[in-house]
Amino acid sequence: MMKRKSRVLVTAAGAAAILFGGLVIEPAVHNSAHAESAADAGKKIAFSRKKGNCIACHIIAGGTSPGTIGPPLVGMQARYPDKSKLRAQIWDATKANPITMMPPFGRHKILSEKEIDQVLAFIMTL
Amino acid sequence: MRQKLLPIITALAILSGLPMASAASPEQDLKKFQNYFKKKFPKVKWEEFANGVYAVDPIGRENWEAIEEFPPYEPFIDEGEEMWNKAFANGKHYKDCFPDGPAIAAKYPRWDKAKGMVVTLPLAINNCRKANGEKPLKYKKGKINSLLAYIAFQSRGQKTHVVIPKDDPRALEAYEKGKKFYFTKRGQLNFSCANCHVQNAGNKIRSDILSPALGHTTHWPTYRSKWGTVGTLHRRFTGCNKQVRAKPFKAQGEQYRDLEYFLTYMSNGLPLNGPGARK
Ligand code: HEC
Ligand code: HEC
Repeated sequence: MMKRKSRVLVTAAGAAAILFGGLVIEPAVHNSAHAESAADAGKKIAFSRKKGNCIACHIIAGGTSPGTIGPPLVGMQARYPDKSKLRAQIWDATKANPITMMPPFGRHKILSEKEIDQVLAFIMTL
Repeated sequence: MRQKLLPIITALAILSGLPMASAASPEQDLKKFQNYFKKKFPKVKWEEFANGVYAVDPIGRENWEAIEEFPPYEPFIDEGEEMWNKAFANGKHYKDCFPDGPAIAAKYPRWDKAKGMVVTLPLAINNCRKANGEKPLKYKKGKINSLLAYIAFQSRGQKTHVVIPKDDPRALEAYEKGKKFYFTKRGQLNFSCANCHVQNAGNKIRSDILSPALGHTTHWPTYRSKWGTVGTLHRRFTGCNKQVRAKPFKAQGEQYRDLEYFLTYMSNGLPLNGPGARK
């Protein structure tokens, strides 16, 4: 698990590592590499049938065979300047719309709090 | 009790998208339900709803029409005919239980006043077997499907006409229970049947197009490629419960029988066209 993660990190931060030589632990680089890995993990969750399976209902860039039940997930950053609103939609969509089809990922513990943060990090990149 | 019931009923009333209030009569429900689908799919002809997802999925339909040229359920019809004609150990036949048989599919599900319950065709078959000293058949997989396939084939063209008799309030109660089941969210994924087959009929969930609820009961048993064989309606109910990570109920238990009663009533007027073939 750790090993696979660090390999992802290497590819993501690879260019930076080469550029900065021995000085990789420069704080800004460390931060962006970290953010990228959360988004990467979130992407896997969003596309996995057993986990978020967001693609079952939403068109998401990079995913195949999307469903047509929910709106396409695009421009999230612009449309949700308040990140906590976006998180709330994922945590329990029935709050905003009691008859929604979207599963309450947090309330029903379909995803852990950490996984929700990862998905959130991912869709903020869309 | 009262406190527990209330939120469910309010949820139901909002849930439907089509507002089938719990105070409405079955006749009113039926009208709303069928009109909802007629409006949603204005190009689909009435009898076409009996073809399930293939009424609304032109690509899947081509495939299906090719499959129907050499129906995968045919051997089961033949086996069912043999079962129908073979005498029980006591010398009696199914015909002795079902004198109008074998074309009897449209008589079920029906309210049985003496028993005070909904009797479905599979249940009636096993009642017949037990009365004649035979072991009951399993309700989801296996031989019962052959017998049902033969009966369904002989009943093709009959119209769905479920009756909710006015002289027994328990019949209406069973209908209401089935209706409530249909609109109640359940399982970890929190879906109701209506979420998928009413609200989102015609939409894609991943790559599957969701079929309209109207017509769901016309063609059982159904040969599913995924199953590699024929299965009963209650087997399908079980599958749809499991995929939302809900615990399925017992095949032919009260919940699924009441559900079948409600769901079949909603298709009143549609022709029977079983056995079916689906992917
Ligand atoms: C089974 C269907 C389904 C699944 C699975 C699903 N959603 Fe949704 N989603 C919807 C629907 C329907 C809406 C429309 C609003 C509503 O009804 O709640 C929606 C709305 C949203 C919105 C608001 C969109 C907007 O335009 O404002 C976001 C964000 C969202 N979903 C994210 C996700 C994420 C992230 C996942 C996976 C972890 C996910 N959804 C899984 C059905 C689904
Ligand atoms: C998450 C979505 C979903 C939910 C919830 C759901 N189903 Fe389904 N159902 C499907 C899919 C997908 C299929 C296969 C494609 C089709 O025919 O719609 C299907 C098929 C069926 C069929 C077979 C249709 C045919 O023509 O043979 C029946 C009957 C059915 N569902 C009943 C139910 C009932 C009753 C419930 C509630 C207990 C339910 N479904 C809940 C997704 C769902």
